[in-house]
Formats: sequence, structure tokens, C-alpha cells
Amino acid sequence: MSSTGRSVGPSAPKRAAEPWIRANDPLLADAAREWKSAYVHIPFCARRCPYCDFAIVDESEVGAGGHDRYIDAVIAEIALESNFAPLDAVNFGGGTPSRIQPHQLGRVLGALKSRFGLAPGCEISIEVNPEDWSHAFAAGLVAAGFTRVSIGAQSFDETILGVLGRGHASTLPGEVVASARAAGFASVSVDLIYGHPSETTMSWEETVTTALELHVDHISTYALTVEPGTVLSREVHSGAPRPDDDIQADRYEQFCEASAAAGFDRYEVSNHAKPGYACRYNLATWAHGEYLGFGMGAHDHRWGTRSRNHRRLDRYYSDISEGIQPRLGSETLSTVEQDRDEFMLGLRLAAGVRLSPFARRFLDGDEGSRYLDAGIIRVDAGRLVVNDPMLTDAVARESLSLSAGDR
Amino acid sequence: MDQSRIRNFSIIAHIDHGKSTLADRLLERTGAISERDMKAQLLDDMDLERERGITIKANAVRIDYTSSDGVDYELNIIDTPGHVDFSYEVSRSLEACEGALLLVDASQGVEAQTLANAYMAIEGGLEVVPVVNKIDLPAADPDGVAEELVGIIGGPTDEVVRVSAKSGIGIDELLKTIIETLPPPVGDPEAPLRALVFDSYYDTYRGVVALIRVVDGSVSEGDSIAFMANGVKLTADEIGVRRPAIERTGRLSAGEVGYLITGVKEIDLIRVGDTVTHSPHGASNALAGYDEPKPMVFSGLFPTDGDDFERLREALDKLRLNDSSLVYSAETSRALGFGFRVGFLGLLHMEIVRERLEREYDLDLVATAPSVQYMANLTDGSAVTVQSPQDLPDSALVESIEEPYVKVMIITPAEYIGTVMELVQNKRGEMGEMNYLSTERVELHYLMPLSEIVFDFFDLLKSRSRGYASLDYEPDVYRVSDLVRVDILLNNQSVDAFSTVVHKDKAYTYGRAMVKKLRELIPRQLFDVPIQAAIGSRIISRETVKAKRKDVTAKCYGGDITRKRKLLERQKEGKKRMKMVGSVEVPQEAFVAALRIGDE
Repeated sequence: MSSTGRSVGPSAPKRAAEPWIRANDPLLADAAREWKSAYVHIPFCARRCPYCDFAIVDESEVGAGGHDRYIDAVIAEIALESNFAPLDAVNFGGGTPSRIQPHQLGRVLGALKSRFGLAPGCEISIEVNPEDWSHAFAAGLVAAGFTRVSIGAQSFDETILGVLGRGHASTLPGEVVASARAAGFASVSVDLIYGHPSETTMSWEETVTTALELHVDHISTYALTVEPGTVLSREVHSGAPRPDDDIQADRYEQFCEASAAAGFDRYEVSNHAKPGYACRYNLATWAHGEYLGFGMGAHDHRWGTRSRNHRRLDRYYSDISEGIQPRLGSETLSTVEQDRDEFMLGLRLAAGVRLSPFARRFLDGDEGSRYLDAGIIRVDAGRLVVNDPMLTDAVARESLSLSAGDR
Repeated sequence: MDQSRIRNFSIIAHIDHGKSTLADRLLERTGAISERDMKAQLLDDMDLERERGITIKANAVRIDYTSSDGVDYELNIIDTPGHVDFSYEVSRSLEACEGALLLVDASQGVEAQTLANAYMAIEGGLEVVPVVNKIDLPAADPDGVAEELVGIIGGPTDEVVRVSAKSGIGIDELLKTIIETLPPPVGDPEAPLRALVFDSYYDTYRGVVALIRVVDGSVSEGDSIAFMANGVKLTADEIGVRRPAIERTGRLSAGEVGYLITGVKEIDLIRVGDTVTHSPHGASNALAGYDEPKPMVFSGLFPTDGDDFERLREALDKLRLNDSSLVYSAETSRALGFGFRVGFLGLLHMEIVRERLEREYDLDLVATAPSVQYMANLTDGSAVTVQSPQDLPDSALVESIEEPYVKVMIITPAEYIGTVMELVQNKRGEMGEMNYLSTERVELHYLMPLSEIVFDFFDLLKSRSRGYASLDYEPDVYRVSDLVRVDILLNNQSVDAFSTVVHKDKAYTYGRAMVKKLRELIPRQLFDVPIQAAIGSRIISRETVKAKRKDVTAKCYGGDITRKRKLLERQKEGKKRMKMVGSVEVPQEAFVAALRIGDE
């Protein structure tokens, strides 16, 4: 946290993305299917967190730098993309997008805007590491056009921040929230990670309380997951305790209860927002909307095709320099497979998924009726809804076999 | 060939004692195969045999040998299985021989099954040549093992042949001993044909291939022949030997061993143990045959996918072509649907059949815990045999239950006598004789319920004796025992496939252990699953698999839906090996959980 030190209290947001519509409203989920969004991957990180298996560039290993070259490459990639609709949402994720200077991020935004156009009320969001923040940085982002910021707070317990490999003081995210408000962001979110074996019920309770007291608009809560190949995974395999599913379920319930009391609606498995503050990019992804992905390791979904970019920076650059799209691969989905994806993804939404022919087939089958009978799912106002979001994958898994037997 | 220059012999050996290696070495030394064509374990044809290093089917190979004084000999090696489950095959092979090599690992000593087979050979009047193998291993004790062999079959210690089949040491001396010690066949070449069918197998292209030993007379291609037991009359289409490649000789005469093809496709027409003669002008008395092997262990085999039932039937029918000991009948389980109750000779046989069904016929099977055949004496004076615990009549109708006992022989180093005795007593064994084979090794005899052996006895015996004790058993009498059926309820519904008959004194311990094991094996479901053990309507133990509370990925990296879907697909694939029992997903290994609860 730099410079001014001026304390800024939480203030009312200037503009809500979808004014006062609750984040779990089915109308919003339906609208999200039609939204067009873009994802920009910024792979740079000061260091790799022990739980992370994303495609990143670890600057503690390869040295900082090369940011400008990367931004140029992303802009070049945008130019290679075929026509798309004006964008309803843009998200800069990573990696750590806040490693890049705001004016450079602004160049990417400019490229997106001139290539595809921005729809009115377009949400322009960025994930930031509190360590990178300053008032100047905030001002720069707002000036560049960003409307939403998602702050990687992860925890408000120093011990947990330590085991998660995060370098910031537990008080810093609060200051970042205040600074972001002051800078004029329309929507402010914090990310939390729960369920590390070192976490206690009390420590999580304090983190939740602190997060809610910041009066942010949106909170994402992610269960710590042991991904293969990570430091965390190696530790677990050599005997360190593994995150416990039951405890994580407890923590999740604890959070849902507290956040609901504070006016948040859960609209997706891991995402909670106050009315008007659902993250469009998030909703669109799970509502099977179309999105473009730019940058190393980014993913696209359009015209029934899912494609992915190279996960290695050298390959990414080499394709860009040859003027070709830096694709690692793609899959084209049949109509049935698209229906299945829409179903599988939509289960994660609190609004549920519309009763498409695919959803009806699932409901009519053995698995569907079994889940219905067991109270795991319900049919509500023409939509299929998973009652306990913690069991979403169990339902999704059962639906997979349906696509095999096209009837 | 003149009978005086023929030698027919088997090699009796325990698994891993080097039988197949010795056979390979003999073939190589006599030039039957070049070193270049050597493929380890030439005699073992089946993939499974090579993989497990065991012999399941008998096999006969002819080799030519010229002695140091220039005389040509014909040697027939009749390979035999080494496992207790297949001892009936050994007995058949021995019938085709005049001698046997008793092959023992110099670092291991005699094992129970080897000893049982050696006794069988001696009782059958065969000349037995003791051979100590692997004498060049660091842990070898050739002198000690030779003493042991002499203690069993008699004769001076210096007549024990010492070899290393692997490095070829002593092979020439062994060949010399075979010629000098083993007697030639003594049939009558001029008498009417009598040939013993000592094994048969089914070949897709050639039909049934019978392995025969000509005792009297001779048989040529084109001859009209008859099988004396069932009177079937056929023509000898093709006659030959294996060396080990198939060589058509057109004729086999008294004392010789080879194969006979008649073009018959139905394996049941050519029964092992039958005598082949000419028709007309045949012999009047058949050779002594064999008893049909009786299945001792029964298990339910069910396809995971109910649609595979017919494929399972076809696969069993095909397997039976080469394994007449396999018996099966259709069975219906409330829990597992349609399947078969299959009778096996023992646990290894069961394992092999199941593995072949899954591997060679691409079936996904659920096997239930093995059971023996019980006899229930009913209050109305009648009796029923029960191969499946769920078929046991209501206890009110049952006067008494009889179970099969077996004679057990265990050979163990003396230091484990106490441990072994304790284990056997725990398994309701009654001590019989005890003989010291040497100062260090003891032969123990017991009478034991077979049901105790088919569970985990063999594994326990091995682990408690650090792998040194060995086991052989043969069927004995049926006896009345105080037995009860323990049922298992999943989600308050009795699951027939889990029912087991156990001794009354062990019912509680068994019930508790089984319920505990199932709680470990059954994954958490979307609801609580109570698991109970019951005798009749009395619940004796209960555990609960708590409902699963979390089954979801936290986030999805950069919109990578493909990866997420593939992850779900992999997880789904893993679930396919589960069987739905009512509304509970039960992994296949749960159905044999009873085998894995150990003795509590």
C-alpha cells in the first residue's frame, strides 16, 4: 500500500452492472447465455503459490520483464481473431494481471474495443494481488476503463496466508478495498480460499466476518484443492494432511449462512454477490455463453468449438510472430454435446439450468429420478436446480453418460 | 521306436522350483530347439501360464537323445501343473509315465504339494529320480535338501542328481540318469490297440486334440477307432507329436506319447481317462481311467452390465472346451441380477477362470465370496445340497447342516510349528500325525473344514510362516457342524450376495469384521448407508457410511471446460466398476470382502 495514506471508507457504488437484480435470478442466467465475453490471460506471477497449477510465468524463477512484449503479442492475437459481437464482459485473469502497468492493460482493452466493440454497460474486470496495489495503480485502471476489481485476499488470518504462500499482511486487502472504492470502481470483490488443513473454525469465522465487514459487492470462495504437480500435492503425498471434504463442506455452509445474512446471494458454486453485482463474465461462462480467450493458455468457446492456446510462452510467441493463432488444440462439439455442456455447466448456477430436451432426458432417466427422489435436485419454475451446490459434480457426472447414447 | 529305448516321465515340482526352466534346458541340450528360438517356458502356451509362471494344462513334448555310447533314445516329457487345485491333472499325467523327476529348489526344500504328488507317483508304481535344482544359488543347501529327499523316497544320498537348470549345470548327468534309472514302457506292441487319453484341448481350427499314451499295439492315421467308455466310433485323422513344434508322424506305437485328432468338435465326446482302441478288432478291457474331478469351491459370477449375461454364458461354454472341470449353472441374485454359480477345483482355479473370462472375453465381472457345498438335513427327513449360502432353507426347517472336511498336509520349518498349530486350531482344524522330515522341517496332518481353507487360510499360513510353510489338501468326509448364516443388509435391505455360512462361535466376530470392512470399501453416497450384519432377524452389528458432503470442483481454470468434462468422465469411468445394489453403489471388491477381513 503506497503513498497517500488517506483513509477512504466504503461508499455506495456508482453504477451496478444489472441494477438490483438478485445474482441468482433465473432471468439473469438466461440473459447470460447470450452474453459475449473475452478473457485475457496475464501469466506473470511474482512467485508460484503452492496450490496453483495454472499456466503461469514464475518471475522468481525466470526473472521479471518481458511484460511489454507479452502485451504486444496479445494485441497481435486480438487482431488475428475473426469477427465477434460487441463484448458484454471482459476479464483479465492470470497469473497476476496486476503485474502489468495500467496503461499497458489499457492498450489491450483498446484493442478489444476497436476490434469487437464494447456493449453498453460492459463489465471490465481484473484480478489483482494486494501486493501490487497503489492508489496510482487504482487510478490508472479506472482511467483505462476497468469497472470491476477482484482482490486476491484469500484469508485474513496471517497463519493461513503464510501456508498459502501469500506475501501480504492480513490488513492489506481492506486497504485495497477502500482504495478501489475511492478510485471509483463500480464493483469490488474479494477472493477467499478455505479448507486448508491448518485452518480452524474460528480462523475461518474471523476471515468471513472481516470480509463481510469490508462491505464489498461480491465474494468468491474457493475450496483449497490439491492439484497434481503442485507443491501442495507433493506435501500431501509425503504425509502432510490433505484438505478434508467434510470440513470444507462445513466451512462452505458457514460462509453461505453468514454471507446470506449480510445480503449476499450465492449465484454459482463459488460466487456470491449482492443484488446487482453478479459477475457477468462468471455467469456467462457457466451459462454456456460464448467467450474469446487471449494470451498464453487461454480458452475460447464459440460456434460450438472449444479451443485452447499454447501453455508455453515460447510456443505462444512463435505462433504470434508467424501471424497464426496460437492454438494448442480444439474440439468441436455436436449439438448433443453442446446441450450436455450447457446442462453440466448450468448445474453450478443457483438459478439452475433450463429444462432443455437434454435436461428432460436426464430427469426421465434412472439417474435423474434417483437424484430427484434423494432430494439432491429439484425442478423449480421450469428449471432444474441442484439443492446442495457442494454435490454439483455428482449430478454432472451422471449426466455425462446421456450424451453417449444419442437417442 | 523300440520300446526299450523310450523313456516317458513327468517333472514333479513346486511353483518356482524351476520345472519349466529344466524342461526348456533339456529341450535345448538335446537340440530339440536352438538357443536362438528359446522363449522362456516353452511348454506353457497360455499367456496366463507364462505370466504367472505356472502350468495349468498338461503338455507332452518328445525329444531325441543320443547317449554317450551312441544309442538313440526317445524321451517324452509330460509336463504337469504344480498347484494343488490341479492335482487331478497331475494324477492323469502320471498315468502316462513310467518315471518322474522330483525336482526341488536347493534353497527352499520340499513343499507340501510336491510331496503329495511325489507320494502319488510312488503309489502309482513310478520310478522317482530325486533332483535338486538351483544348486548355484548363494542360499542353496543341496546336501540338506538331498537328505530330505532321501528321507521321503529312500535310496542313497549320492543318487540325488544336482543341477542348475538355469545355468545348465548337471544336465548331461541328469539325462544319463534318466536313461539308466527310469524303466522303459512294457506294453505289448502286438496286442490290440489300447491308448490312454490323458488330456485333451480344443483348437478352433482342428477341433478336439487328444493327448494319448499308447500302451499296447499301435494306431495309424486312417484307422477306425473307438472310445471304450462311451462307445463313440471315429477315424484317426491326424497323429503326431510335439517337439515342441507339432510334427505329424502318422503313427504311434506301444510306449509312445503323442496327439490324436479325429475332427470331432464336441469336447464331451472325447473324455479324459478314456481308452482308445480299434473298431472293429478292439481290445476287450479298457485301461484304468480316472475319477472326474469334483468342484470344491463355488462362487457366483455376475456381469457388471446385465446385458452381458449371454456373453458370459458363451464365454463359459468356450472355456469349458478346455477345462472339463468347470461346472456352472445359471443363478439369479436379487442384488446382482442374472449370473452363474460356478464350481471350481480351488481358489487358484477360480482366480484363473475369472481372469481369463475378463481378459480373453472382455467381460467385467462381479464375483461373490467363495463358498463350499453344504448339505442341509431338513426336519422332514429329506436333505438338500446347497452351493450358495442364500439357498440355505429357513433355519426352522433345518435339522442340521453338514460341511465338507479335507485332509490337510502342511510342511513348515520347525520354528513355525507353534504358529501354524495356533492358526489351524483357530480354523477348527483337528491335529493328526506329525512327522519330522529333517531336524528343521516338519510335516503336519490335520482334518479341517474346507470352508475355513477357501477363505484366507493360505494367505495367513504364508504370512505367519514368512512364506515358508506349504499346504496340500484332499477331500475327506462330510460332517455335521454348528453353522449359521450371517446376512448383510445395505440400506436396510438384505443383500443375498453377501450372505455367508459360518460357525456359530464365529458369527459375531465375522459379522462385526465384515460390516467394518464394508464400511471401508463402500464409498460415501448421496445419503447415509447403514450396513448391518444379521442372523435371522437379529442384528448383530451395525455401521454407517455417512453421506457424501462435498463433490464439486471449486473453479474452472480460464474457462477450460474441456478439462473439467474430461475429469468428470474419468471419474465416471471409475464408477462403472460399481454395481448398483438397490440404490447403493457397491464396488466389486466388496463382494469378496469376506476374504479380506483377516482372522479377528
